[in-house]
Amino acid sequence: MSAARDQILAGVRRALGKSGSDGARKALVDARIEAHARNLVPKRAELDRAGQLKLFLEMAEKAAATVARVEHLADVPGAVADFLAAQNLPARLRLAPDPVLTRLPWSERALLKIETGTAQGSDTASLTPAFAAIAETGTLMLVSGPETPTTLNFLPDNHLVLLSEGQLVGPYEDAWDRLRAACRGEAWPRTVNFITGPSRSADIEQQLQMGAHGPRRLHIILVAEGSDGEAQG
Amino acid sequence: MLGAAFSAPGQGATPMKVGLFVTCLVDLFRPSVGFAAVKLLEEAGCELEVPRAQTCCGQPAYNSGDKADAKAIARQVIEAFAAYDFVVAPSGSCAGMIKLHYPPLLADEPEWAERAHDLARRTYELISFLVDVCGMDGVDARHEGKVTYHDSCSGLRELGVKAQPRKLLASVAGLELCELPGAEVCCGFGGTFCIKYPEISTRMVADKVKDIQATGAGTLLAGDLGCLLNMAGRLEREGAALKVRHVAELLAGMTELPAIGEPRR
Amino acid sequence: MQPTSNAFKENAHLALNDATLQRAISKLGFQAARAAAIARLPEFDKLREQARAIKDHVLANLDLYLERYEAEAQKRGTEVHWCRTPQEARDAVLAICRRLGAKTVTKGKTMIGEEIAINDYLEENGIVPVETDLGEYIIQLRHEPPSHIIAPAIHLTKDQVSDTFLTSHRQYGKTRRLEEAAEMLAEAREILRAKFIAADVGITGANFLIAETGSSVIVTNEGNGDLTQTLPKAHIVLATPEKLVPTLEDATTILRLLARSATGQEMSVYTTFSTGPRRTADRDGPGEYHVVILDNGRTALIGSEFQDILRCIKCGACINHCPVYNAIGGHAYGWVYPGPMGSVLTPAIIGIEAAGHLPNASTFCGRCESVCPMKIPLPKMLRHWREKEFEKGLTPQRFRLGLKLWAWLARRPRLYRLATRLGMGMLGLAGRSKGRFRTLPLARGWTEGRDLPSPEGPTFHSLWAAQQGRGRP
Repeated sequence: MSAARDQILAGVRRALGKSGSDGARKALVDARIEAHARNLVPKRAELDRAGQLKLFLEMAEKAAATVARVEHLADVPGAVADFLAAQNLPARLRLAPDPVLTRLPWSERALLKIETGTAQGSDTASLTPAFAAIAETGTLMLVSGPETPTTLNFLPDNHLVLLSEGQLVGPYEDAWDRLRAACRGEAWPRTVNFITGPSRSADIEQQLQMGAHGPRRLHIILVAEGSDGEAQG
Repeated sequence: MLGAAFSAPGQGATPMKVGLFVTCLVDLFRPSVGFAAVKLLEEAGCELEVPRAQTCCGQPAYNSGDKADAKAIARQVIEAFAAYDFVVAPSGSCAGMIKLHYPPLLADEPEWAERAHDLARRTYELISFLVDVCGMDGVDARHEGKVTYHDSCSGLRELGVKAQPRKLLASVAGLELCELPGAEVCCGFGGTFCIKYPEISTRMVADKVKDIQATGAGTLLAGDLGCLLNMAGRLEREGAALKVRHVAELLAGMTELPAIGEPRR
Repeated sequence: MQPTSNAFKENAHLALNDATLQRAISKLGFQAARAAAIARLPEFDKLREQARAIKDHVLANLDLYLERYEAEAQKRGTEVHWCRTPQEARDAVLAICRRLGAKTVTKGKTMIGEEIAINDYLEENGIVPVETDLGEYIIQLRHEPPSHIIAPAIHLTKDQVSDTFLTSHRQYGKTRRLEEAAEMLAEAREILRAKFIAADVGITGANFLIAETGSSVIVTNEGNGDLTQTLPKAHIVLATPEKLVPTLEDATTILRLLARSATGQEMSVYTTFSTGPRRTADRDGPGEYHVVILDNGRTALIGSEFQDILRCIKCGACINHCPVYNAIGGHAYGWVYPGPMGSVLTPAIIGIEAAGHLPNASTFCGRCESVCPMKIPLPKMLRHWREKEFEKGLTPQRFRLGLKLWAWLARRPRLYRLATRLGMGMLGLAGRSKGRFRTLPLARGWTEGRDLPSPEGPTFHSLWAAQQGRGRP
């Protein structure tokens, strides 16, 4: 290893008056990590399903995300088309190549041009699947993978996210447990994005402006049916 | 008077023996504050003494990094006030110095460490002592007019002095308390700060004075003379008509005295 | 950046008299925003306690957590670079950029980057660094340092930004002077988009390093950090050892405090956990992921009276609530970190001789400590720096003499009584008719800005003694 590494670690041990080969201390540290115990979880996040939904909608909207609710997955293409029309956007969509999305009945919206893959500079709107959503702060959790390229969350001006009610959790801690379960035996994702509303900046004289570098609009399509807790991506 | 209205915890009929920590600013600049404290404490049933071997709490040395002098002064204070049930100071910063800073200051001196803790336990800022220990819930004073109150930093953040002065002020007949916006913002005195960084200090007190004048109050009160001298000085410089007093003066009904910065006969 | 902290007083003077700066910093709404956010979270104070405990536990076992972090990070394809000094860190970054033939480098906001002056170094070596955080982008165009750790351009008015864009964006064919903040944002977005896509390497900071998964975390509201770290061939993270937390849950706990303390948001818009480079089957993401762990004086603080500053999560709450900062802004502090936390950390990194004013320019009002999410005892550590200065004889001579005289007298009550009776007697006599002094020799600092109320004349002790003499009970 490097001299710098040795020196830094030795310096820490000297300052602490501790040995690096102290088995008991190492066991303590390892145990703490293994247990990954929860610290205090705000009461706000401890709700029943109905409460979680209500809180999520409230918090997401406070963060300037918009939410469209549909009953079935089959309704999603319509919800997308509606959003694009309402915002006067071109009828084009970059889709994450996730089967849950690609399997949707896009053919019912023939005028909507669908492309999949990573984001291209000219994309105006993308649709990606959420992994989970956290009611506590109205936040979406998106996870990178072969079928969920991260650039789709950031490059297009308009970011649409498919979320099913079953993916909603109360606190962040539940979301981490779901990801750990999903990753069991597999690689942890390169990127986990927690997204709360569209991009913004107040760097110019404290005036809050939307659409800094990330998407100007974040539109959540919340489906009652579907992938109940089934991990995506 | 209020003497009958309370009972000091665990004291029964025996009056509490209180040593008054005058503070150097009160001693030097405005003894009236000391006499107001005496009046209030005696009315609360305390048996009061003013030990002669006191000068300063040692803050100037302590806050300048001069631990040796700070310790020496601290030992002197501990000695001077050893015999009292309580030690009361008409100042949040001096009481805070004794209560919060003497113990760590003397932590490495075995024979003084415990004595510092003991003194700390017995030491209080004046108004919070009257309310929290003596159980005073009102005074017999009267003051017609609007008054505003500045929360001195040490008293507020080190000792939790906030509700107590307001409680007693609420009992003053004729008094209307206008809360000062930014009551909890530092006035810019900071002991040696106003000498080392006068320009910044002036700016801070000018901001404070703006807030004070905006309340429309005729009188400014606070619990620390350093803050009061600072704010009164700026109010005078700006030609403002407000009267500035230590809250103890008003609570003790001593408002016929010239206010801070006013001419004396 | 070269520290100018020793010119603090002069720079504070300039700042106090700079009408444009004063206008800009009078608009800060951080205090109200934080208060509102905390009001909505009843557990806030308990979370502070837990956050403090987490960081203290990590510091007590920092060596083991660093080793575990490195092992987990390496397992997932991370290259970890240990650097003792800013030069080692600069060299590590340059080596990566050179190897990849990098021409441009995008940057998310990183205070460590400022600390090691990475932009200058890259430029000296023919590589173009592009700041992407809007505030950092603006000050990069103006060749100014940041004046706040969260809102680097907070010292600027809209007009100043307008002027800067007009001159700097001409090269992109923009000739119109913009008036509205929205227009300026849109123009910056357009110009930076191309730079994001063209960048060969992306550099970000890290709010946390997580031992459990070997991950780094960044938070932004703009999304610039994510574009910086996802699009280029390599993602370099600049971090310091005390950023370590044990688990995802621990990071979550502290994240609950971070945005609320900084801007009053429940959560920043983008909170991103990065672990390793892109996976084989991923379609985007950086091919390389490097984490630079820079010491630069941090581990030397462990076991010292300044250890608690290592709990700092750079939220800026202390800065936002400091009455001194609110009067003079950030540049007067003269280096990367302003305000209370800057006044504790700066001397620790660049030496107290180079930053002597900083710990002294405080009234110890304590507001900083009261709002710090990590319960750092800032005034106490500022006082410790003053003690160090006193020990080293760095306290200005005149002041030291005055202090010594005061302390000497204060330790001799009888002499003190005599001296003060005389002194206050004279002063009181001189001041009784007007009640105050407009000017006073030896008190110029005070009387320049305010009157000095006259003492009553007799001291309390002399009056009390007289009363006692008259048989007062």
